[in-house]
Amino acid sequence: MSAALRPAALLLVLAAPARASAARIDELTETRLFQQAVEFLTLADPVVRTALAGSLLLGVCCGLLGSFMVVRRLSLAGDAIAHAVLPGIVLGFFWTLTKNPLALFIGAVLAGLAGAFVLGLIRDSTHLKEDTALGLVLSGFYAVGIVGLTMLQNHPLSGQSGLETFLFGQAAALSPDDVRLMAVVTGLSLLIVLLLYKELLASSFDPGFSRCLGLPVKLLHHLVMVLLTFAVVVSLQAVGAVLVAAMIITPAATAYLLTDRFHRMIFYSCLLGAASGGLGVFLSYLGNRLPTGPFIVLAASCFFGLAFTFAPRHGLLHRTYRLRTRRTTIALENALKTVYRIREDKGFSEEGVPVGELQARLGEPDAVFTKLLRALTARQWATWAPGDTHVFLTPAGWLRACAVVRNHRLWELYLTHAADYPPDHVHDDAEVIEHILGEDTVRQLERRLDFPDTDPHGRLIPSLGDLQQSLGVHPARPRAEGYDMPR
Amino acid sequence: MTTRPPANEPPPLEIHDLTVSYDRRPVLYGVDLEIPRGQLVGIIGPNGAGKSTLIKAVMGILPVSGGWVRIFGRPAARELRRVGYMPQRESVDWDFPVSVLDVVLMGRYGRLGWLRRPSRADRDAARSALDRVRMLPYAERQIGNLSGGQQQRVFLARALAQESDLYFMDEPFAGVDAVTEAAIIEILHELRSAGKTLLVVHHDLPTARKYFDMLVLLNMRVIAVGPTEQVFTYPLLQKTYGGRLTILSEVADAVGTSS
Repeated sequence: MSAALRPAALLLVLAAPARASAARIDELTETRLFQQAVEFLTLADPVVRTALAGSLLLGVCCGLLGSFMVVRRLSLAGDAIAHAVLPGIVLGFFWTLTKNPLALFIGAVLAGLAGAFVLGLIRDSTHLKEDTALGLVLSGFYAVGIVGLTMLQNHPLSGQSGLETFLFGQAAALSPDDVRLMAVVTGLSLLIVLLLYKELLASSFDPGFSRCLGLPVKLLHHLVMVLLTFAVVVSLQAVGAVLVAAMIITPAATAYLLTDRFHRMIFYSCLLGAASGGLGVFLSYLGNRLPTGPFIVLAASCFFGLAFTFAPRHGLLHRTYRLRTRRTTIALENALKTVYRIREDKGFSEEGVPVGELQARLGEPDAVFTKLLRALTARQWATWAPGDTHVFLTPAGWLRACAVVRNHRLWELYLTHAADYPPDHVHDDAEVIEHILGEDTVRQLERRLDFPDTDPHGRLIPSLGDLQQSLGVHPARPRAEGYDMPR
Repeated sequence: MTTRPPANEPPPLEIHDLTVSYDRRPVLYGVDLEIPRGQLVGIIGPNGAGKSTLIKAVMGILPVSGGWVRIFGRPAARELRRVGYMPQRESVDWDFPVSVLDVVLMGRYGRLGWLRRPSRADRDAARSALDRVRMLPYAERQIGNLSGGQQQRVFLARALAQESDLYFMDEPFAGVDAVTEAAIIEILHELRSAGKTLLVVHHDLPTARKYFDMLVLLNMRVIAVGPTEQVFTYPLLQKTYGGRLTILSEVADAVGTSS
């Protein structure tokens, strides 16, 4: 064989087994995935144990302090600190030339404090605003950090320093010492929040009032910021500087959507942080040690997405549902009002209203109109069955109709009398307000208008007292006591 | 509840030559004030006169660049426990995840001290304060689900829960309806009758002469202090409000209707 052919043959030999394995690659990754999942879940590997413990701890710690950041509107401070500490990591490494957790920690905290100092300096001595100062510090310090890291990477002494984990995060790179430090920081933060809960709550909610209570508001603020810096620094290796802010913001924001009580928000936030941490490490382990940070943040963001969609009060679905029910109620109330108007035009002589006339007045197509009648019947505001020629309102439905008409006419009267609107300008406004006027407001309006009988167009304003009497629900009551508004 | 003050008790509030600046630009200067016990005092002045600044500076919320403040004869910072405060409604975020009762309970924190949690007695005090402003049915609501007047009443309840001797209130009637305003002024009168001293920032001139025993006319410095009938005069109000025409005509109306 000639010398020229030899390399080609070598390539062929090398390629052959590769092709053979390529055929089975799907199967292979599947079993490997399963094996890895089992390996992870049995926690046999000490590396897995360390990584998992670290991520759970960082989740709790970031979730805890993140709650304070979110309610204090300081969410971006976490981001600024995360970027600002990077030069400190490099500095800490130069100091010992190893990844000594304590040295890195001290360096990072010093850099974080320097960042906060520069931030304050820019804000107080120029007329630049907080957000700009934040952006300046964040990017400036980060640039210094990246330059430092790159220099370190090329430094002969650093060798396999693994410092790039500080950018994107690698939980598997955590040493037991790192996790111990995280445990200390998390424990300390939990203890402080537990002991000073009421002081921290008051000074977060209303700093001015807390000063009056004699609380050292500035000191408490600095305390939270120092704890936050600690949390960011210990989380840096697992989540990475780029994304650690997400761990401060996302679990806390999710918890904010789930509850209206601060103590519960803190609890949920810690729980969500830990869950995101655990899930993120698991996924990154399955992906054969892909960077952990993105996976943790991905998990946290998924939780947020779920809460955003399904949360009981603030969730998207609930809001849409509420809006729809409100729209339905408005449509039903408008139908009731129309029934009232038809009966009014006939001098209230007939109890039932012809279906055709009602539909003509409402101007709805058949399908919508039938649905409307069904809904009225379902709410027990009317009695109607397919084939009926007339619609009859139940006592409850009639009261409701009167209430809506009264609200409408009271409001028109209020606008023309008290607000000096011309009478032909008030109808549209009243169309909206009639559905949302509360009982208190109605009573105030009546008092203010001196219990009026007729609206600006000269029509009677129904008095519920009279109607209740006519329905035999209640004995007549003097009007000055106000009406019972059906809900 | 009305305890007679010791004859020699120092005045609840004494301010001497108080100067406050923002960015080295003075907003209040040379303020001298002495408020006797059991008075309902209105602080009146145009926008930007430093009314809120004055009470914030007294409580140490804003830094002071000169002068001193004594509360019951002692430096203000040492006697804050005897001071109750009702800030403006806009000073807080009403989306904050706390209940109405939580907020009123904060009024008790000052007397609790560090590390101690509110006791049953504190909760009862908070509840009765809420009851007094007729907000007890809303105790468990998140504070954002309230109307403006209700939020104002929650802040009043929190100040009541402080059970202080000297109160500062920043525009307690801002944005409330007439019914709430009447309810609030009634409570202020009750507090005054119980021997408390109240300083209230107020901007509505016609009601000012009805509501308050004493007035402080303020426009960057104290224009006049004294019993309402002596201070609420056209020349003094004109001096306070300068040449602002609309307000002056309002003043003329207010002074005119009274005589």
